[in-house]
Amino acid sequence: MKAHLTRRYMFSASHRLHSAEMSEEENRRVYGKCNNPYGHGHNYALEVTVAGQVDQRTGMVCNLVDLDGFVGREVLERFGHENLNTLEPFERVVPTTENLCTEIYRVLQRGFRAAAVEKVRLEETMMNSFEYSGPETQGVASREQGPKGAT
Amino acid sequence: MVYLTRRAEFSASHYYHNPDFTPEENQRIFGKCNNPHGHGHNYTLEVTVRGEVDARSGFVMDLAELKEVLNREVLDAMDHRFLNKEVPEFRDRIPTTENLAIAIWQRLEPKLKAAELHRVRVYETPDLFVDYYGEP
Repeated sequence: MKAHLTRRYMFSASHRLHSAEMSEEENRRVYGKCNNPYGHGHNYALEVTVAGQVDQRTGMVCNLVDLDGFVGREVLERFGHENLNTLEPFERVVPTTENLCTEIYRVLQRGFRAAAVEKVRLEETMMNSFEYSGPETQGVASREQGPKGAT
Repeated sequence: MVYLTRRAEFSASHYYHNPDFTPEENQRIFGKCNNPHGHGHNYTLEVTVRGEVDARSGFVMDLAELKEVLNREVLDAMDHRFLNKEVPEFRDRIPTTENLAIAIWQRLEPKLKAAELHRVRVYETPDLFVDYYGEP
């Protein structure tokens, strides 16, 4: 039987939203306070969902030790207490939470082998959050209602 | 189609152990969860049903009925229990959060007539939850 397991993690990081493709004026207009040259920080909450058959012998979709180990090494240690703008993935990409969310999804897809990564959800503050399930996903509404869709 | 979710809480203890594994394997795979005396959690259960809104009542299903089924089928059986020893499903299944979500689905699905069961979500802690949609 197929189950979907979600684990929640916290990390803190700083960023500045500034696009090299826009003028100073346009950056200020588009990003507002987030364009402050010294940057600012957030406590991010990350939710990673993996899905798969429940192993009859262990009762698990995925051993949490494996998931926690991978996310700890590849995400929390890499991004936690860092200035995102100084890191390689954001050399040319604006570290919005959208782009951070898709980057974390790609990191998990590339390296995590113990279960299939289904979704990454990232909360920047309690007021806004972002979800990414890979390029083939058709719209948010059907995804939120789960595998059977909304019909 | 409208989706209705009801939340409930229960507290229970459990431990993880597979008699087919050696003691070393049990310890390696399950770690602290292998302690045979068990440990406990405050579980949060979210049950989502779906259906068309009834034109006369304005309901997908009567919440009182959903609450009554949840209490009878899940909370009465699992709240303040040692899952391995007191809930029949877990005599030969390990009471992981995955298996708990599946067992709760299997208990509820045949009892819900007014609306279709869509999802069972079980939080073991605020940082860990499992969704089961009845998928084989």
